[in-house]
Amino acid sequence: MALLVDKHRPRSLDQLTYHKDLSERLRSLAQSGDFPHLLVYGPSGAGKKTRIVATLKELYGPGVEKIKIDSRVFQTTSNRKLEFNIVASVYHLEITPSDVGIYDRVVVQDLLKEVAQTQQVDQSAKQRFKVVVINEADHLTRDAQAALRRTMEKYSPNLRLILLANSTANIIAPIRSRTLLVRVAAPTELEICEVLAKSGKKEGFLAARELEKRIAKESGRNLRRALLMYEAVHAQNEKVSDDTPIPPPDWEALIGVVAQEIMAEHSPARILQVRAKLYDLLTHCIPPTTILKTLTFKLIPLIDDALKADVIKWAAFYEHRIRMGTKVIFHLEAFVAKFMRILEEYLMGMDF
Amino acid sequence: MAGFFDIKARKEAAAANGGSTKTAPTKDTNRLQPWVEKYRPKSLSDVTAQDHTITVLQRTLQSSNLPHMLFYGPPGTGKTSTVLALAKELYGPELMKSRVLELNASDERGISIVREKVKDFARMQLSNPSPGYRDLYPCPPYKIIILDEADSMTQDAQSALRRTMETYSKITRFCLICNYVTRIIDPLASRCSKFRFKSLDQGNAKKRVEEIAQKEGVRLEEGAADTLIRCSEGDLRKAITFLQSAARLVGAVSVQKDEDAMEVDEDDKEGNVVTVKSIEGIAGVIPQDTIDKLVNAMQPRSKGLVYEAVAKVVTDMVADGWSATQVVTQLFQSILYNESIPDIQKNKITLVFSEVDKRLVDGSDEHLTILDLALRISNILAGA
Repeated sequence: MALLVDKHRPRSLDQLTYHKDLSERLRSLAQSGDFPHLLVYGPSGAGKKTRIVATLKELYGPGVEKIKIDSRVFQTTSNRKLEFNIVASVYHLEITPSDVGIYDRVVVQDLLKEVAQTQQVDQSAKQRFKVVVINEADHLTRDAQAALRRTMEKYSPNLRLILLANSTANIIAPIRSRTLLVRVAAPTELEICEVLAKSGKKEGFLAARELEKRIAKESGRNLRRALLMYEAVHAQNEKVSDDTPIPPPDWEALIGVVAQEIMAEHSPARILQVRAKLYDLLTHCIPPTTILKTLTFKLIPLIDDALKADVIKWAAFYEHRIRMGTKVIFHLEAFVAKFMRILEEYLMGMDF
Repeated sequence: MAGFFDIKARKEAAAANGGSTKTAPTKDTNRLQPWVEKYRPKSLSDVTAQDHTITVLQRTLQSSNLPHMLFYGPPGTGKTSTVLALAKELYGPELMKSRVLELNASDERGISIVREKVKDFARMQLSNPSPGYRDLYPCPPYKIIILDEADSMTQDAQSALRRTMETYSKITRFCLICNYVTRIIDPLASRCSKFRFKSLDQGNAKKRVEEIAQKEGVRLEEGAADTLIRCSEGDLRKAITFLQSAARLVGAVSVQKDEDAMEVDEDDKEGNVVTVKSIEGIAGVIPQDTIDKLVNAMQPRSKGLVYEAVAKVVTDMVADGWSATQVVTQLFQSILYNESIPDIQKNKITLVFSEVDKRLVDGSDEHLTILDLALRISNILAGA
């Protein structure tokens, strides 16, 4: 029993429901014979991957859907062995080099060269080149990105790259100038509603317009999340109506509690209590950035307008610290402490 | 199996014989090539807009002596193209393989490689070209080692080069290429004569882009070439990539595998014109009214309203997937040229921009960072 997200994922460019002009562009690229390197970026849940898979199908036909998982071993210069998983079809490879952390350069160099230096064997193949899809390209190290540069030019007859990223900020300029940038915007709330309704109809769920609208709003224009929420609501309730509550994910509820606690009392003792909860979140593998962001946006509605800019300022500041530092709990707690102090100052009407 | 090798050998021979005329097999691959590769300068005189460097290099061509070289400059200014063109003019196609070693960041370039591969190649004695060949190309008595993207070499590897460069200087010349000359260690830099590749000026870049467009049969809308140059910020490679993508989008329809497909293709393209808008779309430039919306939201008014307005615009921008660096760049432009903002406020705002840019490069969360930027600017605008 597959999740709705997977079950109703569009398989070809025709089935995509929104960004019609983008689909059209991808189709004309795929048919033009000289497919460029692509850098596809956009927020998560916008449908980047879906579009890429559909484009690949347009390029090579249904053969790309027969995929197998390969496990390969790479050796670093210091003789460390790296296990690395590759999803591959006859025509394309899909890799996530950030899996191996700082050794991604080795994988990128070895693997891409190997692919690039072998020609397409299958004579009946539609295209002469193979496509390598690189997931999470914005997490590639500088070294790995530098390694890509010349490879992209030198082996272009045999190899096309599709890079998937959340933002182009971390992609070095030389790579950006070698690729065609494709922006995939998140669907609007209206578009999400349409998708939910369509999906619900296929499953035989009862239509509930208001509920769909609320889910679309709650999801923050993230289609994947919206579909998961939609499924969760239907799984938990026998019969759904327009005012069925949407259960928030556990971690979000917990962060909500943390926000309430911080607001209620400003004392070292309270920080200790909050610390336990933060640790709890971290041990459940909630990314620290998500914790900080969710916490900030939960706090914002609770505080006075005059403070909002300040809180955002410090949230951004500590988020940066989290990125730079190694021990995230310090920075999360620092934010909590800072917030308490700002609020206290404001309430006392004092200025230090 | 033997037949297979035969074909390969024959092809090579054919390519070598007709040095100036392109043979059939290359034409086929050309069509699939990115235009950046296709229009890479074939000779030194083709290189666009680096007059000073080219004059110096052309003079060395005649004197048949070459210093070690260090090319540096921003991406897309023709560094790699220049050295490849130089090597081609010096050695011709036949000797290129045995006389030139090209290593770039996609090759393993740790200290061991410098010790083995580079040293072995540097040490290798020269082969003699046939007398007839010598009339065509100067074939000077040294080899060239091109170390592309040398700024991503480790310090150790760089220092291992030092002595190698001197010891084998009789038969080997090095050419280092990098973006940032500061990342090359001093002892290496002092052994090379440095050539700075400046960012291309508008006129030259435009000429080149228009030339390529004409050759490919792409028609440009009035002002499209200027937009291309503006969006690419002096990076010619970017401009050409944009041009090709734009041409594909408006014109590329069906491509047959036949030989005469070229003509059919061109006929199709002539019907369509590359517009300014399509170029902006490809370059990822944010439409001006989106930026204006953000600027408007930042205008001072009562505190609560500012936050609501800014938060809404920023959330929409992030969801639309605009890249944060692009937002920062364009917002900066828009504020810098806004006459109604007093200089003292611009000063303060610039400081904020610098900090935000650093954070984005470090990989901070885009949503929070942009929100912070917008709120802080609006705070400064309000006169705080």
